[in-house]
Amino acid sequence: MNSIEALKELLYKIADDQLIIGHRNSEWTGLGPLLEEDIAFSSMAQDKIGQSEHLYNLLHQLGEADPDTVAFTRNAPQFHCSQLVELPIGGYDFSLIRHFLFDFAEYSRFEALKTSAYQPLAQVSKKFFGEIKYHTMHANTWVHQLGKGNEESNGKMQESLNYAWNYALGMFEPGPAEEVLIKENIFIGEIALQEKWFSMISPLLENSGLTIPSQAGWAPIYGGRVGEHTEHLQPLLTEMTEVYTIDPSAEW
Amino acid sequence: MSLENNKEVISLDPRITRANLISGNHSDVEGIVHFQTYEVFHQNKRGAQHKHVGIVHAPNADMALLYAKEQYARREVTANIWVVPSSCVSATEYEDDDIFTTAPEKLYRNPASYKVMDRIQAFKERGMKATDEV
Repeated sequence: MNSIEALKELLYKIADDQLIIGHRNSEWTGLGPLLEEDIAFSSMAQDKIGQSEHLYNLLHQLGEADPDTVAFTRNAPQFHCSQLVELPIGGYDFSLIRHFLFDFAEYSRFEALKTSAYQPLAQVSKKFFGEIKYHTMHANTWVHQLGKGNEESNGKMQESLNYAWNYALGMFEPGPAEEVLIKENIFIGEIALQEKWFSMISPLLENSGLTIPSQAGWAPIYGGRVGEHTEHLQPLLTEMTEVYTIDPSAEW
Repeated sequence: MSLENNKEVISLDPRITRANLISGNHSDVEGIVHFQTYEVFHQNKRGAQHKHVGIVHAPNADMALLYAKEQYARREVTANIWVVPSSCVSATEYEDDDIFTTAPEKLYRNPASYKVMDRIQAFKERGMKATDEV
């Protein structure tokens, strides 16, 4: 695999994760638990979609189709998102735990990418790092609040953490691009990323009264990066592209 | 949207339909505890004054800061945000608002009444001339 192909693989998985979680989280708009939270969660969902557009633009510069075509005309098997991001929003407990696990992974990923040898990627990483930092502050504040809330809130958060855990490990599915990306100093690779992520979240979860499932039971749910998805992704795509497909040439 | 009481809500918005909501009058929610409010102060650059911009509801200061950022700093340049529990604010009474009226004969206390504009104008003109000569 040459470095351009490796770079495309990296960009596709990051951008697809962001587009899909952005769309998923936007499903809370108007239904959030309180007005201020509704606005904050929706705003972060928009941030994610905006970030994905930046990355689809980088892909466009590398010869891929334009961002709208890439975002709105592919079917599930053509998406490279992890299965974690496509799961339904569930209750707010699950959405918050996913937000926590996903955004700390984004934080570690973009911190590493700020020094990527591929300059355009290093630049956009610096550009939206502040947004991602806020997303992690938001996630951690909520997880701490509910983890330390009462028995019921702690129980719900723990249950969601247990359910989400193996999906979260699936974010770090290694791919054929790893070797080239590491060698060319484009990216640190998924294994190193998972270690950084884990060392960030484990003290935070512990401090919030939550227990990470014991390592003996870890069974990462892979497949998303190579187009194997849950039954939930295609309905999401159908809904997301409903308006676009009425008239793909419409000017907005 | 179906509005009959105790029926499942069917909406054009698929998210609403998926939420399996039951229609009806929900104003009977009792014992609901409202969060306190925090007053939000926004600073647009370091060293500038923090200006009051509004309130947020939140259970504690950490969450109030999160919400203040999204509510009041999303669309403008921001250096810093303060939040203060509204309960910490002491205020005058509106019925005592006559304490703020100034008797008309004391207008000299109002800086706008000082006749300094002529002097400022004269200063500016001198400045302009000095520059011109250089």
